[in-house]
Amino acid sequence: MTTPTPTTGGSASGLRRVGLYTTLVVLALIFLVPLLWMVITSLKTYTAAQQIPPSWLPNPLAGYGYEQVINNSANPVLRWFLNSMVAATLHSLLVLVTASMAAYSLARLRFRGRGVTFALIVGTLFIPPTSLIVPNFLIVDQLNWIDTLAVIVVPGAASAFGVFFLRQFFLSLPDELEEAATLDGANQWQIFVKVVLPLSKPALATLAVLSFLTNWNDFLWPIFVLFSPEKLTLPPGLGLLQGSYVTDYPVIMAGAVLASLPVLILFVLAQRHIIQGVSRSGLKG
Amino acid sequence: MADVIEVGAARGDAPPPAAKAARRAASAGRTRRATPYLFLAPYLVLFGVFGLLPIILGVWLSVHQWDFQLPNRPFVGLDNYKELFSSDSAVYGDWWESVRATAIFTVLSVPLLVVVPLGLALLLNRSFPGRTFFRAVYFAPYVLGVAVIGLLWRFLLDANLGLVNRLLGVVGLPSDTPWVTNMPWAWISLVGVTVWWTSGFNAVIYLAGLQDISPELYEAARMDGANAWQRFRSVTLPGLRPVLLFVITTTVLASANMFGQSFLITQGTPGTETRTVVWFIVEEGLRDNDAGRAAAMSIVFALMLAVVSLANFRLFRYKED
Repeated sequence: MTTPTPTTGGSASGLRRVGLYTTLVVLALIFLVPLLWMVITSLKTYTAAQQIPPSWLPNPLAGYGYEQVINNSANPVLRWFLNSMVAATLHSLLVLVTASMAAYSLARLRFRGRGVTFALIVGTLFIPPTSLIVPNFLIVDQLNWIDTLAVIVVPGAASAFGVFFLRQFFLSLPDELEEAATLDGANQWQIFVKVVLPLSKPALATLAVLSFLTNWNDFLWPIFVLFSPEKLTLPPGLGLLQGSYVTDYPVIMAGAVLASLPVLILFVLAQRHIIQGVSRSGLKG
Repeated sequence: MADVIEVGAARGDAPPPAAKAARRAASAGRTRRATPYLFLAPYLVLFGVFGLLPIILGVWLSVHQWDFQLPNRPFVGLDNYKELFSSDSAVYGDWWESVRATAIFTVLSVPLLVVVPLGLALLLNRSFPGRTFFRAVYFAPYVLGVAVIGLLWRFLLDANLGLVNRLLGVVGLPSDTPWVTNMPWAWISLVGVTVWWTSGFNAVIYLAGLQDISPELYEAARMDGANAWQRFRSVTLPGLRPVLLFVITTTVLASANMFGQSFLITQGTPGTETRTVVWFIVEEGLRDNDAGRAAAMSIVFALMLAVVSLANFRLFRYKED
């Protein structure tokens, strides 16, 4: 780490700048090289991946890993990709709709039982979700949801975090807007849809992205509620892929790249939202 | 009328104008009173079935012998709990081994996950060109799921083919470390990977906290002749106290719930030494078909975590006095 001594002159601060950037770049390499290695390996041939010492560039550049991943019917990776995409999209929509309506009610409407309801919802934030996995399994089993899309989309959508997060945001909106809308004859539903939601786009986008990421990456729940190879989402599918290709790393890494691409793209596009959402939920939570 | 005023008061605003109150009171009707509940209904259905019901069901399961394959699920009182605490039961050894594994991982990883991200945040809190870029780079691994992280590091830490041993060899260090199969390397790997994976997350939370500390405090400290370390001790740390409490509490919970890393990277090895509580619970409940026992374990585990979290809060409150 650089030493923050008082600035004495141009050369000293220049030296400190060099130190700062050296630290930053070394750390950046630690964070990025493993990810780059995943991409590089996914573009190698089987033999090239076994080579000692390894080459930093995939030479020859091979589509072998991706071909195996896409063409192998025993491991339908594209199918898993599609399942994950549909599930994560529906899941975040469901979170947005249910949590925003509930949060609107809790933030801006007055009714009997409001305090208790909110306390109950927030209370469950303190229960580790993993400790509910067995009873949750029995519930989805009773619903005959095992091995269906619903089991990935619905249960996790009871998002106490989502309600809490949006409620905090809705509380910060000025009352005057609502009053103006009421004067224009708008009912609560119209106020919600035409005034509150459009003003809350940043918060809604943040929640959508965070819900998508969580659902896309979920591993523990799907491995226990999905069984048929064609029903899997990517995370449990990758486990299966590793089992079938044990040390064929180009194939395994190609699968990992496919599972990472959507979330990395989403991260690059929505970086500010995600980082702000995380810091906001951390501080005001 | 009273209703309207209370809404305003609850939000910390001035009471709304009388005209508005009168208007609302006038239009208040049956449908209007139902409106808040209609808005809540879709969420409450989900929350009831997948948030509250599992809690009640979990408690109920824990006092029954619930075997998936047997038609009878007799009430057994506290037997499922007693098993966990009596050394002659079949489950005792494996259960406490998993508690031990979870405790080891938590104790090793939490200090690093509190300190390393703080260092990153202090570094990123300076103003320099490219700050947003570096912030994004350090955060990037966190957006990947544990399945990807697990596969990737299983490969990187492979004793023969892995990049880690190769790079160590290049700089003249031992290049045959059994990172995922032997002790203490398995723990070092699991902790190291977790620090790499999640530091960016905590760093962002710290950053937000750092930006809330008033620059005047630093200025004043500087005027008093405080050096960098003294400024850190007397301005930064106290200013970060609520953030630190949040980071420590959430990190302890996250570490205690670790499952994917050991499932995928060390695969529980050597033996079952790195099999964590969460892993053991799902194995017991779903693979070995004993949902009652698994529910009892979940409740004991949740209580352990509650005690630890409470201790955190206590500790921090004392420090504040």
